[in-house]
Amino acid sequence: MDNPLTLEPLFHLGPVPITAPVLVTWAILALLGLGSWHATRHLSLTPGRLQTVLELFVTAVDTQLRDTLQRDPARFRALIGTIFLFLLVANWSSLVPGVEPPTARLETDAALALIVFAATLWHGISAQGLKGYLATFAEPSWVMIPLNVIEQITRTFSLIVRLFGNVMSGVFVIGILLSLAGLLVPIPLMALDLLTGAVQAYIFAVLATVFIGAAIGDQPPAASTQETRP
Amino acid sequence: MTANLVEIVSILAAALAVSFGAIGPALAEGRAVAAAMDAIARQPEAAGTLSRTLFVGLAMIETMAIYTLVIALLLLFANPFA
Repeated sequence: MDNPLTLEPLFHLGPVPITAPVLVTWAILALLGLGSWHATRHLSLTPGRLQTVLELFVTAVDTQLRDTLQRDPARFRALIGTIFLFLLVANWSSLVPGVEPPTARLETDAALALIVFAATLWHGISAQGLKGYLATFAEPSWVMIPLNVIEQITRTFSLIVRLFGNVMSGVFVIGILLSLAGLLVPIPLMALDLLTGAVQAYIFAVLATVFIGAAIGDQPPAASTQETRP
Repeated sequence: MTANLVEIVSILAAALAVSFGAIGPALAEGRAVAAAMDAIARQPEAAGTLSRTLFVGLAMIETMAIYTLVIALLLLFANPFA
């Protein structure tokens, strides 16, 4: 059984070792980037099939963001939408024979969680100012400062381990079943993995939204968004 | 068979971690599904929203079991003491 925690480099690019998850990540990035570029070249007011799907996706992300953050989703749409789309494609990339999802490795998940962590800091500071953001650590009283700082670290860590554990355990179980029972037996578990992958991508995106929402604070929302809500 | 004491204890600890770590999430998932069934039986028209929320909640609960699995794998494959 392969060790799920360490990696062997496939080849070296100069001094940098390149591993299989990095290659898969590059492929997904190229696929998503070129796909998005191609799909948004010919946008029209009477959308075709592809544009309708894209608009549906963007509207769904917007609705989710507006419900959670209670403000205009335009500033957060790119980050959260990209994270969700990338995770969905990455978790489902195990459908391609011979490909192991890059999220089944600790490093990819750590990179994504650090992006969310940095975005949390950046949005918090840009929304409340450096002083105002630091002051939120002392709420409800200064006694809570160590706990609030620890919370920032542990929740980032749990974001990493949640995604890693769920995707990796799916790959691991399929590997064990294949070695025990052989062809066609792991198919129901692969179907379960598709569900798990989609749910984990959704949860990662929702948690990123919630963390950013907690960092920017609950100032009174813009008047227009409040009036449209029942 | 030359397994030293650290390896034996690690394997035992990994098995114990997974077996006991699975109890809590199993009970919690049972309660969550039972509550969702109850709610769907009372209000069948809300089944869509309820099952969506249920899946997300179940994934959250399941994460606790996954944590113990990660601990077990750390003990088996990346044991700092072996």
